[in-house]
Amino acid sequence: MNANAKIHIEDVYKSYNSKVVLDNIDLSVSAGEFCTVVGPSGCGKSTLLRLILGQESASSGKVLIDGKQVETPNTQRGIVYQKYSLFPNRTVLENVLMGKLFTEGQWWNPFYKNKQHIEEAMSYLERVRLADAAHKYPNELSGGMQQRVAIAQALIMQPPVLLMDEPFGALDPDTRDDLQLFLLELWEKENLTIFFVTHDLTEACFVGSRLLVLSQYYTDDRGIGHDVNRGGKIVADYALPSVASATTIKESKEFQDLIHAVRAQGFSPDVLQHAKDFNLKHTDSWQSLSNEERTELSV
Amino acid sequence: MRKPLIFGLHAEHPLWVKVVLALLPFLLVIGLYSYASHQRHQENPSDKLLPTADQMVDAVERVALTPDRRTGEYLLWQDTISSLKRLFIGLGLATLCALIIGLNIGVFPGASSSLAPFITTFSMIPPLAILPILFISFGVGEVGKIALIFIGTFPLMARDTFMAVKKVPKEQITKALTLGASELAVTYKVVLPQVMPKVISSLRLSLGAAWLFLIAAEAIAATDGLGYRIFLVRRYLSMDIIIPYVLWITCLGFFMDYGLRLLIRKRYTWYQAD
Repeated sequence: MNANAKIHIEDVYKSYNSKVVLDNIDLSVSAGEFCTVVGPSGCGKSTLLRLILGQESASSGKVLIDGKQVETPNTQRGIVYQKYSLFPNRTVLENVLMGKLFTEGQWWNPFYKNKQHIEEAMSYLERVRLADAAHKYPNELSGGMQQRVAIAQALIMQPPVLLMDEPFGALDPDTRDDLQLFLLELWEKENLTIFFVTHDLTEACFVGSRLLVLSQYYTDDRGIGHDVNRGGKIVADYALPSVASATTIKESKEFQDLIHAVRAQGFSPDVLQHAKDFNLKHTDSWQSLSNEERTELSV
Repeated sequence: MRKPLIFGLHAEHPLWVKVVLALLPFLLVIGLYSYASHQRHQENPSDKLLPTADQMVDAVERVALTPDRRTGEYLLWQDTISSLKRLFIGLGLATLCALIIGLNIGVFPGASSSLAPFITTFSMIPPLAILPILFISFGVGEVGKIALIFIGTFPLMARDTFMAVKKVPKEQITKALTLGASELAVTYKVVLPQVMPKVISSLRLSLGAAWLFLIAAEAIAATDGLGYRIFLVRRYLSMDIIIPYVLWITCLGFFMDYGLRLLIRKRYTWYQAD
């Protein structure tokens, strides 16, 4: 087990009624890692994010952040959603200041003004290149700008982990490329720990220093057929080159090969990999053993 | 391509046409009334049913500009002040309670489980049916009338507020929590300001109901008020007073509605009505 783990997930199952969504997830994410999770729809990637966020609790297993069991959403985690991240009734600057207002316990005081906080918020807005838009309302901004404000709004709290739930999913392709690069640069500069969920394969292979593929399309010793209630599992775990490179890398052969490999491992209902063949060679990758596997090893 | 001036799906008209079209029905009704009134007075000069404009101006002068012989007060203004006082207190209390209760049942499951069924049931009571109960228990003074307005408008506004709160995306609440907000802060700093314009819209829609219950209460038991006056002079067939009073009430209602609409537009610039 990794002592440096920001996020530590062990033996986590999540089921709704009798449907298993997450099937024995073991995962640690180191500090400073930009961890991307990709998978077909229904693989449970959003559920996994909600478990880390504390919006839902696991049916069984442990979810730890900095070694502590997660609780309902609090300042331990920052979150950027695809939409609705910003408070529509507040200006950009007010949105970024909200966290400060809450933690200072001054939210009820309409006259509270802290020069230092405003300066800090402005410096975050400068970092996301939006200082000029400080006094605009979110509905006056483009989708890409709104997402940058949402990132600044989360970052000012300096959360141990920044969670992102398909943050660029609603953007047009150019803006998306732009923001992917922007986020990579920001991550390098600020030394953030990011947990990034997306359904876009290209995006997943491009951003991040580590790529997790979550999928319900696999097989194991529990037999075949529809009566086996399998949920999403981590079927592959890659280390990615951890430098922000130009988006042109997306055209390169290595990149295309990676996408093909991931698509075959995770996205095809017809290609079923056996659980013991999963590509889990990442240095942080580990799996707790099931009882049968333990007996097998001891034999 | 030329678009038609008035008729059809694609009609596009300049401002002056718009103004003329808007005034047309008003002028039509006024014209019809004047014609009918004129006809009746030709037949019977002491007709009371359709007073002429002159007669109404006379009547307005009597109630608005000359002090009453008995009380020394200007009746129209005295009535207006009494009625508006009841309306504002009743509607104000209803809005405040609806806001607080709607907000809390929208945010907190505990409040919702314990109060939502009650309010739904409560809103099914026809307010006029319990008017006698109100008068018996609160007397015929101000409290009964204010209570009627409150009961008539509160449930709808509470449910409107509740639904507006439910429409605030769950993401907003989670987001606020990750920014360190307490539950109170989520309720009163994140959700409340976002539903305010919708609550004001709901208040606008409730104005009509509030007037209805005000007039009803004043008609039955009061010593002054716009509704009281209308029902009092009805006994003498004083249409020359009733009609100006009705126009005056319409005016008041119109400007309240307009004021609230203006408030939403100026104060909540970020709000896009849906």
